[in-house]
Amino acid sequence: MSESYKDHDVNAGHPEDEQHIVSPKVYFIIFLALLLGTALTIGASFLEMGPWNPVVAIAIACIKATLVVLFFMHIKYSSKLMKLTVGAGIFTFLILVGMSLSDYMSRAWGQW
Amino acid sequence: MSDSHAIASIEVGHGEHAAGHGEHPAYLRHHFVSMEQQNETTSFGMWLFLLTEIMFFGGLFTAYLIYRNWYFPAFVAASHTLNLLEGSLNTLVLITSSFTMAMGVWCAETKRSKGLVWSLIATLILGLGFLGIKADEYHEKYVLHHIPGTTFNAQGFVHPSAEALKDGEKALAPDMAARTEVYFSLYFAMTGMHALHMIIGIVLLCGMLWKASRGGYMNGHIAFVENFGLYWHFVDIVWIFLFPLLYLISRHQ
Repeated sequence: MSESYKDHDVNAGHPEDEQHIVSPKVYFIIFLALLLGTALTIGASFLEMGPWNPVVAIAIACIKATLVVLFFMHIKYSSKLMKLTVGAGIFTFLILVGMSLSDYMSRAWGQW
Repeated sequence: MSDSHAIASIEVGHGEHAAGHGEHPAYLRHHFVSMEQQNETTSFGMWLFLLTEIMFFGGLFTAYLIYRNWYFPAFVAASHTLNLLEGSLNTLVLITSSFTMAMGVWCAETKRSKGLVWSLIATLILGLGFLGIKADEYHEKYVLHHIPGTTFNAQGFVHPSAEALKDGEKALAPDMAARTEVYFSLYFAMTGMHALHMIIGIVLLCGMLWKASRGGYMNGHIAFVENFGLYWHFVDIVWIFLFPLLYLISRHQ
């Protein structure tokens, strides 16, 4: 009985994983990356890229947000349940926003 | 085999650890098996709340993008009146406050009382700094009569040279100029909701600082600090998207 319990006890195999502590070094590197991303997105806004200006700005914002979620919010070091929850939430979010936008944009198709 | 028998046999099996496992911390609620399960549950709940918040701000973002598509010239002209320097400065301030908050969580995890207090003080000052800069931007909008409502005035967009909004700004037709009010409505709704989240965060931060300055959070029970950290980083993420959408993407049209 105790053997089968061990198999299912999440603590039994790796008690050191009880709480992963992210080191200040990682936080600082992510902080610098976020500052770099901010500088890049402001710099990119001064370039004339036509329709690509919003695309580049939102792409950089997505990268910055991903860094915050993975490291500052510890999702990289979290359990599969947490990863799945966050992933499912973002997926649902993208469906809601994406389908609303495609509806509105396509109704006036060709009338711009 | 009954449950009680199972538990009994486990205790026999882990006899050598009995002292360590037996005396669980007082903050472990009785309906959780372990601290790991309790921590997982609280951060799971916090994330569910944050996901509803993401949906909420997502609605505002979607409205912004749809109206920007409809009243494109008005949104471009109105976006040019925002203060890019203060907006960039605020991005810097908020990212730094996210970093100091992350350091605060680390200090709590490693039981560094002084470090936690100073991290929270830094986060508090940066949060208040953000609101101060935001207030100055709002004041600028007030002076220009760009706050939606009875005092709103879009004449500057019909005659840009008269108000010297920006050199080389194209004049809008009066009906399109009136649509700048939609842009400013969304601007105040989005930045206002974001600022409200900041204010709520600052209130919570003050309470946490009060407790931390009296040696709180040093017994290993830091769920509040960690979940507040998640909240604060979420507010940062909202601004990471608000800043380019409101300030940057229309600069060249």
